[in-house]
Amino acid sequence: MAMRLSILDSGHAFGTKILFAIIRAMSRQPTPEALKLIMYRPDFFGAPMKAVTHEAMRGRSAWSVGDRELMAALVSKANACDYCIRAHTAVAAQALHDEARVAAALSNPETAPIEESLRATLRMLGKLTREHAVGADDMRAVLAAGASRAQIEDALAVCFAFNVMNRLADAFAFSVGAPEAFAAGAKFLLARGYR
Amino acid sequence: MSDITDARKTLVARILEGDGTTSRAERRAAFDNAGLAEAAGALMDKVANHADGVVDEDLVAVRASGLSEDQIFELVVCAAIGQAMRQYESAIAALDAATGDGSTNGHATLDPR
Repeated sequence: MAMRLSILDSGHAFGTKILFAIIRAMSRQPTPEALKLIMYRPDFFGAPMKAVTHEAMRGRSAWSVGDRELMAALVSKANACDYCIRAHTAVAAQALHDEARVAAALSNPETAPIEESLRATLRMLGKLTREHAVGADDMRAVLAAGASRAQIEDALAVCFAFNVMNRLADAFAFSVGAPEAFAAGAKFLLARGYR
Repeated sequence: MSDITDARKTLVARILEGDGTTSRAERRAAFDNAGLAEAAGALMDKVANHADGVVDEDLVAVRASGLSEDQIFELVVCAAIGQAMRQYESAIAALDAATGDGSTNGHATLDPR
């Protein structure tokens, strides 16, 4: 399946096409759609977006990498972005070494076996993403559940990055690949981050 | 804590103020989800408010209105980032209200203008 803009499938600079060929050969998977987007005219969007995403997902935080990947998957679910749900569910499951807990948290954060501060944070991120706004009471509930102000800001950074990427994945029609492709992508993102 | 303040400002400044195949005014309109002509305006509103509802025909209509793929790429990127920024700013304002923190903490200067 092609993306809705052909430039995102085949409009890359020559050197980037070579890089994609190497990645395909090493991973034995198609070039990830997200990478094609980030590498198209990277000066305009991909390069500055990577800096935001890497800091949000891998910068210093009281949240673990796995927690933040879980938040990314939950925001993607609230946006009904199938590609990003699969991509970041795979990273969260690998990072947390617990596929069942990740699945439970995404299926219903209210009943999942997770810490209260994470549960309250996921609840707030879901509302913010679905309704585009939250109020002071929503934030008081997250603080009361034990999340610090810094943790909430860190979670909002993750939310920002994925509210951008989910929209682009859906608008440009990222095609959803095989589970093996997402597993390979997850391994790469855990090893290298988003830079 | 992680700090995306500088990176986010750089991103927004680049898409709105840097060079592009669309005008700065068009990119600002897409970012604000306000003031674009029919087909493009309809697509940007979908990107902002229910991107999972974008269909092939939306892109066909915008192309037919005379925009190139590069121009559509730029405007859609601006629309996505604009909506994510409005959500983020709403949440930071709510957090400030909840913690009684109305002081300058870097969030008052998100807009590069």
